[in-house]
Amino acid sequence: MADKMQFDLVSPERKLASLEADQVQLPGAEGDMTAMPNHAPFLTTLRPGLVRVVAGSEVTEYVITGGFAEISPEGATILAEEALPKAEATKEKLEAFLEKAKADLEQASDEAREAAALRVNDHHELFIRHAV
Amino acid sequence: MPSLKDLKNRIESVKSTRKITKAMQMVAAAKLRRAQESAEAARPYAERMEAVLGNLAAGAANSPSAPRLLKGSGSDETHLLIVATAERGLCGGFNASIAKLARTHAESLLAQGKTVKILTVGKKGREQLKRTLADHFVGHVDLSGAKRVEYAHAHDIAHTALNGFAKGEFDVVTIFFSRFHSVINQEPTALQLIPAVFDADADVGSATNYEYEPEEEAILADLLPRSVATQVFTALLENGASEQGARMSAMDNATRNAGEMIDKLTIEYNRSRQAAITSELIEIISGAEAL
Repeated sequence: MADKMQFDLVSPERKLASLEADQVQLPGAEGDMTAMPNHAPFLTTLRPGLVRVVAGSEVTEYVITGGFAEISPEGATILAEEALPKAEATKEKLEAFLEKAKADLEQASDEAREAAALRVNDHHELFIRHAV
Repeated sequence: MPSLKDLKNRIESVKSTRKITKAMQMVAAAKLRRAQESAEAARPYAERMEAVLGNLAAGAANSPSAPRLLKGSGSDETHLLIVATAERGLCGGFNASIAKLARTHAESLLAQGKTVKILTVGKKGREQLKRTLADHFVGHVDLSGAKRVEYAHAHDIAHTALNGFAKGEFDVVTIFFSRFHSVINQEPTALQLIPAVFDADADVGSATNYEYEPEEEAILADLLPRSVATQVFTALLENGASEQGARMSAMDNATRNAGEMIDKLTIEYNRSRQAAITSELIEIISGAEAL
């Protein structure tokens, strides 16, 4: 398919990526999903995880710590809390994310406990599977 | 009448003051550019966030199960004022104008019999408010060690506000900062963070029918705290740019004043030098005539 979609990845501090992509895989709150051109308008929160952007033969990966994604037929925008290219996701950094998630869990109120625990889980997976 | 030597010393000292203010002006100009760049870089995120939230909030505002961050805690008895100022002075009326706006606001709330709590960010504002409102201080955030404003700072401040709100420590949260328009124009602004307010017309443009996952309200509940952090972050960045802008124009003025003073002192110096020569000449001539 010749169709392309506009992909933007922004964090509060800077714009990390803005490119034409064929598909974007992202860690949705209720399961991983892939956004392709002409996707129905969709809004989802994101878990900590890996974003894979496929553009032609190039694949770029980013580690994000949560946020949300806005998908429209024309493209996808990810507003990440914190994001970094996978190459920069060192063991130390991922470990710091994990520690922070754990600290948040300690302090979490009862209603937020479940969500915080899930975050710790996700960060743990991120740490184990993707630390370089 | 000061002696020639005194005048010369004074000229020298004003000259070195001018050098310092000139240097500070240039440093402020460089920092301003950096501050503006980071404010620029943060804009896409904040705008997107607001657009999405505006859309969501418009739908949820009337629903009885809307998140508390949106509809408020049902009372407005206790107000938290976050007063963001600079860590340093020598920037004209920058700190004073923010503090003044916050003080006016606090006093009008107190006059209405509300409870006021104040969280200060930056020590200059704290110093200025200490005299009249020290009893209302609940905390202070020190940013003096930080080279530049990071999202983590804003996140911490937002966290304090959100936790307090969740525990019912306050009902309304407002942040005071200075909005950056230009180097010579910064506007002290009060922005209400909790309950969240959205521009009524913000949702008109993006009235797409989204599918939501999880449902709208869950997303809204997830996004609102983030939006608070984003707003604090934007405020801190604006504040940073304003501070440097204010410092730049204050130092520019100081440099110009020093220049004027040097001119004036130089004229005075030359004049008294001439007077001294004239009187010496008169002495010599009248001495010669007396012979």
